[in-house]
Amino acid sequence: MSGIPHDHYEPKSGGEKWLARRLPVVGLLYDTLTIPTPKNLNWMWIWGIVLTFCLALQIVTGIVLVMHYTPHVDLAFSSVEHIMRDVNGGYMLRYLHANGASLFFVAVYAHIFRGLYYGSYKAPREITWIIGMLIYLLMMATGFMGYVLPWGQMSFWGATVITGLFGAIPFVGESLQTFLLGGPAVDNATLNRFFSLHYLLPFVIAGLVIVHIWAFHTTGNNNPTGVEVRRGSKEEAQKDTLPFWPYFVIKDLFALAVILAVFFAIVGFMPNYLGHPDNYIEANPLATPAHIVPEWYFLPFYAILRAFTSDVWVVQIASFVTGGIIDAKFFGVLAMFGAIAVMALVPWLDTSSVRSGRYRPMFKWWFALLVIDFFALMWLGAMPAEEPYASFSLIASAYWFAYFLVILPLLGVIEKPLPQPATIEEDFDAHYAPKAGGTKTIVKPAQ
Amino acid sequence: MIKKLTLSALVALGLGTTGALAAGGEAHVEDFDFSFEGPFGAYDVNQLQRGLQIYTEICSACHGLKFVPIRTLADDGGPSMPEDQVREYAKQFEVFDPELDDFREATPVDHFPASSLDNAPDLSLMAKKRAGFHGPYGLGINQFFKGIGGPEYIASLLTGYEEAPDCAPEDFPGSYNKVFAAGGIPDSCRDEEGHSTVTGSWIAMAPPLAGDDVEFADGHEADVHHEAMDVAAFLMWTAEPKMMARKQAGFAGVIFLTLLAVLLYLTNKRLWASVKYKRED
Repeated sequence: MSGIPHDHYEPKSGGEKWLARRLPVVGLLYDTLTIPTPKNLNWMWIWGIVLTFCLALQIVTGIVLVMHYTPHVDLAFSSVEHIMRDVNGGYMLRYLHANGASLFFVAVYAHIFRGLYYGSYKAPREITWIIGMLIYLLMMATGFMGYVLPWGQMSFWGATVITGLFGAIPFVGESLQTFLLGGPAVDNATLNRFFSLHYLLPFVIAGLVIVHIWAFHTTGNNNPTGVEVRRGSKEEAQKDTLPFWPYFVIKDLFALAVILAVFFAIVGFMPNYLGHPDNYIEANPLATPAHIVPEWYFLPFYAILRAFTSDVWVVQIASFVTGGIIDAKFFGVLAMFGAIAVMALVPWLDTSSVRSGRYRPMFKWWFALLVIDFFALMWLGAMPAEEPYASFSLIASAYWFAYFLVILPLLGVIEKPLPQPATIEEDFDAHYAPKAGGTKTIVKPAQ
Repeated sequence: MIKKLTLSALVALGLGTTGALAAGGEAHVEDFDFSFEGPFGAYDVNQLQRGLQIYTEICSACHGLKFVPIRTLADDGGPSMPEDQVREYAKQFEVFDPELDDFREATPVDHFPASSLDNAPDLSLMAKKRAGFHGPYGLGINQFFKGIGGPEYIASLLTGYEEAPDCAPEDFPGSYNKVFAAGGIPDSCRDEEGHSTVTGSWIAMAPPLAGDDVEFADGHEADVHHEAMDVAAFLMWTAEPKMMARKQAGFAGVIFLTLLAVLLYLTNKRLWASVKYKRED
């Protein structure tokens, strides 16, 4: 195996050797758990374990919920109430599952923005990044379909609006929408296929998570300096790294416990905070709710979808050039998916030779603006589609695209990066070395 | 059909606003002080029983509680009625039994009957499908201390009936309610742009409470304000019957995880102490 040089598992007893010759599972676990990890990882490197926990939580609670849920338009809503009232601990399972989805997305956004700041997407970690983006897309699909299952008003109308987006695609849209829904409108067929896929996709995600971990275990973790671990020899590598177990397992578990304490406070004391009250009204195809809002984690992209109305000049040009094939609605759909696509393509859009944002003085500010932009879009996605929100949405959407398509490519050329530390060890020692004096006679611990 | 649905969805999308701002509209929801608010809040058993009495004697004439099993009236963390009383209580309702193909007296294992009027909504989840509070700044964080404001909405609505404003014609259908936002508004009460000039709207339900509508066994006051609060509290329980158990689990979880976090923090500190070496002075 390539990667950072380190000790591998050596079977000792007869039994271990017997097993290792037939199935090297112990060696695989050993190598995975003791993988050399840059010792300067900061607290933004804890989200991976939070995400893994979330996936496990969602699958476990989901499997039990399925035992009591009925995917039928006449029974779905009351079967959820049955879970809330009659199933032992059912209310807790459901609230954990519903809020677990939100925790999942909090963690994934933190994880993605960490990667964007420290350049975790850059060579040689492009595959890790792309797999991550695929996982994120599947998470959104799973979250959306899961929200439909309780068959409340927001479930039904959210499904109607979102599948309607596919209907905006020229020529094939209407057929595609019918195919997705299993009929002319959201109905029992839709509920059943969403249920089936909602159960399937998490396992696809689990598979991709393994590939994601495999990929970054091959390249090694990125770290706050963006400087690679030295690989000349095992001794050299050991100066830059520590084994994942126990150093990072304990650190990550501590972070997870803190996050879960907050999570449990929300589940225990305000479990409906992130839900929409209308979803406690059973779905009614004849009564459209006054306001249809997606879940909070879709809001930034929902804002981008709505930003491009027919009076925006780019939309008018696109419509004129394509002879009306790209209308405002389709343009919005393209913009929404494009907003995610540019994020997936960032390894090839960022031209800077410096990996970490820490040593990029101009990039830092543009990145900070991107984070603000993301939250602004989230807020705008929840606002009514009227002035001044429409104009703000357009500006915020424009910045999102400008960051990836213009600013990142240009910065690599015009920016003068700060000096980077030669090694991870140097960076680590700078943090944990004598601050005064200057002679820096550091006593190193025994390895 | 699909065009129509998509169209109406897009219209709604155009009007779309955040869930935090959605329900309630223009109308003002009064912040009643309920015993079950906040992490330490608990249902008041006497209040739930009084609320049940009001529901049974007044609301149930038109409204139903189809998701609520009658037996849960005996549950801990609810009205906690003795089981024999629950059996007696159930007998006043008639339910349709598909096995008998006929109606029979209800037993505790049956659910409360559904609404008997088409336009009277089921009340099982009313306290969760209306949100009265969205603050501060629309973030809704104050739900942590006050709940989402569903029972406050119900109590406000029940006490929100007022003399109809002068702009309305005498024969306008329904009763004027300053809290109800989803009802009809006469054209004479709108300005040139179509905006309503009154708070609230006209609701089909006639004022259900007049004060002293019921006589409480515990001699509790039965003015409109107290009756409204009692029935709102009861409907919070029908919407969230496991609230007490949930809060207990929440406490157990938070305390356990905080303790675990402290232990892991200390372990982590100790573990890294040999790596993050001290300054040499």
